[in-house]
Amino acid sequence: MVETDLTKIWVYLSASPLLGLTVTLVAYLAAHRIYMLAHQNPLLNPVITAILMLIAFLKLTGTSYEDYFEGGQFVHFLLGPATVALAVPLYQQFSRLRAVLVPVVVALLIGVVVGALSSITIAWLFGASPETQLSLAPKSVTAPVAMGISEQIGGIPSLTAVLVVVTGILGALMGTRLFALLRIRDDRVKGIAMGVAAHGIGTARAFHVSPEMGAFSGLAMALSAFATSALLPGLVDFLRAIYGGWL
Amino acid sequence: MQFLNGITLLLVYQLVGEITVRLFGLPIPGPVLGMVLLFLTLVIRKRSGGALDTAANGLLSHLSLLFVPAGVGMMVYFSRILDEWLPIALSLVLGTAITMIVTAGAMLATQRLLARRPRRDG
Repeated sequence: MVETDLTKIWVYLSASPLLGLTVTLVAYLAAHRIYMLAHQNPLLNPVITAILMLIAFLKLTGTSYEDYFEGGQFVHFLLGPATVALAVPLYQQFSRLRAVLVPVVVALLIGVVVGALSSITIAWLFGASPETQLSLAPKSVTAPVAMGISEQIGGIPSLTAVLVVVTGILGALMGTRLFALLRIRDDRVKGIAMGVAAHGIGTARAFHVSPEMGAFSGLAMALSAFATSALLPGLVDFLRAIYGGWL
Repeated sequence: MQFLNGITLLLVYQLVGEITVRLFGLPIPGPVLGMVLLFLTLVIRKRSGGALDTAANGLLSHLSLLFVPAGVGMMVYFSRILDEWLPIALSLVLGTAITMIVTAGAMLATQRLLARRPRRDG
């Protein structure tokens, strides 16, 4: 009796977006609590912990990703308005940006092109398929933009979303250590490099270091989203024209 | 009301961005154009409003949460990721490190170049 009731409840829940949405929020809050208890150890970045907990939950309950996404899409949708919202910190930092405008623009253009070229080339060298190479190309850009670019150049948008998240976590992990190793002390430079390489997840990490690094990282993330969507399709066409078959 | 006004404004800019991109076949995602348009509006108005700040800060302070549903999609591509784990891992780790080093290097080099020039002129 109890079992059939539970089955009925499960049938209801698995067909409704409520479960997917709620478990997303619960998993994230739990992951965030763990991150705080671990004194913000970057290895326990709440994004990766939440993702792993949710995958474990879906596998254990036999729920498909499509069913989960019925609820998850409500959170995912907010990436659009969040991208638009980047205009606000961008505007607030505008006066500080002006002082370093030329170095920032130069760093951004070089960083975006070298970043995309290096990811495609390394993946190609070690035998990745063309779709995987193209899915990797926009990995340093914030997820909604990266997915749009991926679709445009012939990658797999949802694979790109995953690669973007992993890139962000790697960037957040490596960033501060890499800058210490290279003896880079200017928070503006660190912020710009973090934002170009590791978008929002890196920016969240940068805000933990200093408000200035966070603001410049957010700025770099917004500008590189724009630069990458303008440059990458042309860059891929150029690569196709030179190397022919492999893309 | 503050949050509602702000989020509506963000959605309106996103919508205008999406429509413009589709109308003119622009090669950039709609939300990015929306961001540029909102930024230009703020520069012209010379201030950002309270409602907009509330909504923007609310969304941006939980930015990491928004990546979670897309990241769970990893489970769908598990076999592809397993098959191509080496090129993917190397591209992610080395590509991210290279991007960071080159970006920081380019910015430092340009700053030094610009700092040196006035001295040479003067």
